[in-house]
Amino acid sequence: MNRCAQMLISKSGILFFILAFFFAIAILPACNESDESKTDSISEESFQDGVVNGIDTLTGLAFDASFEIVRANCITCHSSKLITQNRATREGWKGMLDWMRETQNLHDLGDNEEPILDYLAKHYAPENKGRRANIEDIEWYILDGVSD
Amino acid sequence: MKRRNFVNTSFLSSISAAIGLPIVHGSYLPKGVIPIGFVEELGNLPGKRSEMIVLNDRPINAETPPHLLNDMLTPNDLFFVRNNGLPPASVDADNWTLTVEGESAKTNKSYTISELKSKFKSHSLNITLECGGNGRKEFNPPAKGNQWGTGAVGCAKWTGVRLSDVLKDVGVKADAVYIGYYGADNHVSGDKTKNPISRGVPIKKALADDSLIAWQMNDEDLPVLNGYPLRLVIGGYPASCSGKWLEKIVIRNVVHDGAKMGGQSYRVPCKTVAPGEKVKDEDMCIIEEMPVKSLITSPKTGATIKVNQNMPVSGKAWTAAKGISKVDYSIDFGMSWKSCTIGSSSNQFAWQQFDTEISFDKAGYYEVWAKATDSNGATQPIILPGWNPKGYLNNACHRIAVKVNA
Repeated sequence: MNRCAQMLISKSGILFFILAFFFAIAILPACNESDESKTDSISEESFQDGVVNGIDTLTGLAFDASFEIVRANCITCHSSKLITQNRATREGWKGMLDWMRETQNLHDLGDNEEPILDYLAKHYAPENKGRRANIEDIEWYILDGVSD
Repeated sequence: MKRRNFVNTSFLSSISAAIGLPIVHGSYLPKGVIPIGFVEELGNLPGKRSEMIVLNDRPINAETPPHLLNDMLTPNDLFFVRNNGLPPASVDADNWTLTVEGESAKTNKSYTISELKSKFKSHSLNITLECGGNGRKEFNPPAKGNQWGTGAVGCAKWTGVRLSDVLKDVGVKADAVYIGYYGADNHVSGDKTKNPISRGVPIKKALADDSLIAWQMNDEDLPVLNGYPLRLVIGGYPASCSGKWLEKIVIRNVVHDGAKMGGQSYRVPCKTVAPGEKVKDEDMCIIEEMPVKSLITSPKTGATIKVNQNMPVSGKAWTAAKGISKVDYSIDFGMSWKSCTIGSSSNQFAWQQFDTEISFDKAGYYEVWAKATDSNGATQPIILPGWNPKGYLNNACHRIAVKVNA
């Protein structure tokens, strides 16, 4: 490898670390860094692209007065998809928080726990699906090549 | 040192687009590093096709749509991903070591991958791996966790050495009851003192001839998200027993007590319970063998055909038992059943093909249901099987929708 190429890589390396650092501060507050509950929203104005039909388009989470608390406390360690794909009663969601406290280093939620549970129970409540649901979301298409 | 650059250019340019900033010289990103928080918006997972259904991006969990499981061996870029933690940021396969130790090990030994290859005989087996929570989505009341549909399953050709050969080389004491694994993946909280998952199997299963320590999947290196460079492959048990990024195996004189062995994880009520019933941790038992199950992999659900037109139907069936003895299908919502032809398997735990041809003599909405029966006589329920708090072991028969036009 010639000297010029080495310089280039070294510069790229530095650039990468600068960018990595930017990512680290902008997006990743340490999950287990403190016991204080997190109420400050993360400064990421440039990533916001708004709310459509009551859903925050970046995270896919329902938008209401407790949205910022949920975003600041819940999705720094895991994906928002873990919230949006699950359904439970308030008690069920409480059980998940307890499990996260016991095994996943969830920080002390303090006064935020109540609004978080209210939010989850309101927007992500279970529906009675019976013992077997209908086949849903069918995309109909013409089956080709069936005479093969 | 061997490096694979699996973070491709298009992936990085899409990240750049998403944040409105270029990721300069992204090719120097260490292997496995994905700026967290971006997978969700971008779709493609490293080494996986865009058709994969991403349930969760941190940790990564993605399943395969049923019509893409039509191959006898699931392609590496379509094999499901169930991660409990974050994959190791960089992997040096040449210097990777596997350590075997524990109370019931006669000694401690470490092996590099090349030592495993030279010291022990290599074996290749086609083995189906299915997540214990596959089908969780259907349980009512809902069960917590990744809401898997039908696609947390795949069958691949795994190449490696017998776990038993390695365990015997280290020496297994007479009091051994279990083995446990440790991988190089990291806890999602970033806490280095915690393991995301450390499960295992009874010593008898570990010593079975078809339990492998594998470095290849379908004749290629393991995909990064499926455990590169080394993993366990344990057929017939929940896939969580087949530890990925394998660094250590412990031979235990007690049931292994690593992360996700206790509590409610990968455990079901020892006695059956009513839907929604609360079950104490001490009344839960570890899942061992997975139940018989099948999927219709062709055609894709939603097929529209004409009256009296022949429609070939095929799928895959698998079990922890010796093999599949029959697969039946119904086109009248379970009122009558007919048999499919079934293919053989190269070895136990490889899934088996089933085929039939169906035509409909009246227009209407139909569902094709498939129901496999294994060599133990066990079959699949047409409604949900017994409810359990974490939604494991859903082997209800698979259904596709078909519309027949006049």
